[in-house]
Amino acid sequence: MDEFLTNLPVFREAIGQTFYIVLISVVAGGLLGLALGLVLYATRPGSLMANRFVYVVVNILVNLVRPIPFVIFLTAIQPLMLVAIGTTIGTDAVTFALSLAAAFAVSRIIEQNLLAVEPGVIEAARAAGARPLSILLTVVVPEALGPVILGYTFIFVGVVDMSAQAGLFGGGGLGDFAVTYGSQRYNWPVVYITVATIIVIVQAGQFLGNYLARKALRR
Amino acid sequence: MSHVRLEHVTKSFTRGRNGDRVVALDDVSLEVAEGEVFGVIGHSGAGKSTLIRLINGLERPTSGRVHVGGREITALSERDQRGVRRDIGMIFQQFNLFRSRTVAGNVAYPLKVAGVAREERDRRVARLLDFVGLLDRAHDHPEQLSGGQKQRVGIARALATEPSLLLADEATSALDPKTTAEVLALLGRVNRELGVTIVLITHELDVIRAVANRVAVMEGGRIAESGTLYDVFARPKSAAAADFVRGALRDRPSPETLERLRRTHRGRIVTVAIRDQTGFQTALATTFLEHSVAAGIIFGGISELQERAVGSLTFELTGPDDGIGAALAALRADGVDVTEEN
Repeated sequence: MDEFLTNLPVFREAIGQTFYIVLISVVAGGLLGLALGLVLYATRPGSLMANRFVYVVVNILVNLVRPIPFVIFLTAIQPLMLVAIGTTIGTDAVTFALSLAAAFAVSRIIEQNLLAVEPGVIEAARAAGARPLSILLTVVVPEALGPVILGYTFIFVGVVDMSAQAGLFGGGGLGDFAVTYGSQRYNWPVVYITVATIIVIVQAGQFLGNYLARKALRR
Repeated sequence: MSHVRLEHVTKSFTRGRNGDRVVALDDVSLEVAEGEVFGVIGHSGAGKSTLIRLINGLERPTSGRVHVGGREITALSERDQRGVRRDIGMIFQQFNLFRSRTVAGNVAYPLKVAGVAREERDRRVARLLDFVGLLDRAHDHPEQLSGGQKQRVGIARALATEPSLLLADEATSALDPKTTAEVLALLGRVNRELGVTIVLITHELDVIRAVANRVAVMEGGRIAESGTLYDVFARPKSAAAADFVRGALRDRPSPETLERLRRTHRGRIVTVAIRDQTGFQTALATTFLEHSVAAGIIFGGISELQERAVGSLTFELTGPDDGIGAALAALRADGVDVTEEN
């Protein structure tokens, strides 16, 4: 246990960094992804604000970014990082990249879940004289809320996973701590305790997500 | 005065990758008077759904014009059509309630869209839920309701903005017979008590029969015939209308039934259409008697349409050949519709 306790201050800092990276990525990436997902859904041919050009452009963009492994993505967007936040290493740089990666994943999840909304309720809203944007925000999104919350929960777990690679770019966090203070020094208590901590974070997130989705779905 | 008027409306869709044109509506014209219940009956694929969606602009015709309440809806922009839609309620086969909202929230939705202030909204929602008998379910969610209750919420929602026109798209097709009768009775009240014009489409004659004053029969994107309920179904001129009557009244023997009847009945078999006329049945019996013809009823059915008798009876006639011939000639001379089944 002493092997772990001597590193306690670093461990505390790592937890803080992980929370910082994950929370900002989930919120910022979540919002950007929501916007992208809404655009994908609404501009699709035959949809509320069908626009072939916008749909094709966004669709291709999402398809281009999504398959890139996160480690490579981190390197690939360094020019963009420099412009946006002025650095390519450290916690903020990693958070920036992770937010973007999360956004593209979120966009597909939003699109899928909105597509599952019954066309009948959209028709009912149209028959009531509602505007397309209003239908999108006050009918389609609320109708899909339960699955959307579960989708965000899924993304949260993915972001925790990806945040472990933050150490490669000086981002810190629990993954980095487990490697540099744990496995590289054959300090197994550090590895076990850190992994256990990550599991607890993931479980807590999943539990909260399930709870909120159940409330939204009322079952 | 006409409330809804379709003039030579045609609607075609492009289907599939090879761009096949499918004609859903082919030169349809019809007029719905203010305050009436107008039924459109047809099998699936006859173009009924497309027709009803032209009335509130959910679909635009390929050619032709649609007028609603004196405004040409086909000439309006999408934006202006939204304004007109607020004066047209619509109910659906699958109810299409918002699962994310309570019963009261569903009814309030069109009022929110129309920008009605909260207090007024609450007042109207309560009044509507009371009208459809679901005031005590205001805070429930749709999944807690039965099918009939869901449709009553659908009706309350459709009436929220106090429209003068209600479109019913197969509104009872997902309901059992008892619930169907309740929902149809409610639609009847909507028409009589609130003075709302109703256009309803269905594939069931019983639905039309229960509430409609006038009717159009659709087949293959065209109107096969239209007129008052009685005229169309008591004396169908089109094969499509005759089919619906036969299917609903089951008053005429099918070829298979006729086959069986012939095996057990050796006399001449004729089917006589019943006319809504005092003394008709007595005159029929007397005619047979006068010519020494024994007429035994072997099939048939008499029902009511708009409180008037409709149906037909199939007789086995026995007696002298010339007597039978003379009796049938006398009936035909009297304008009776007689079909020989031999």
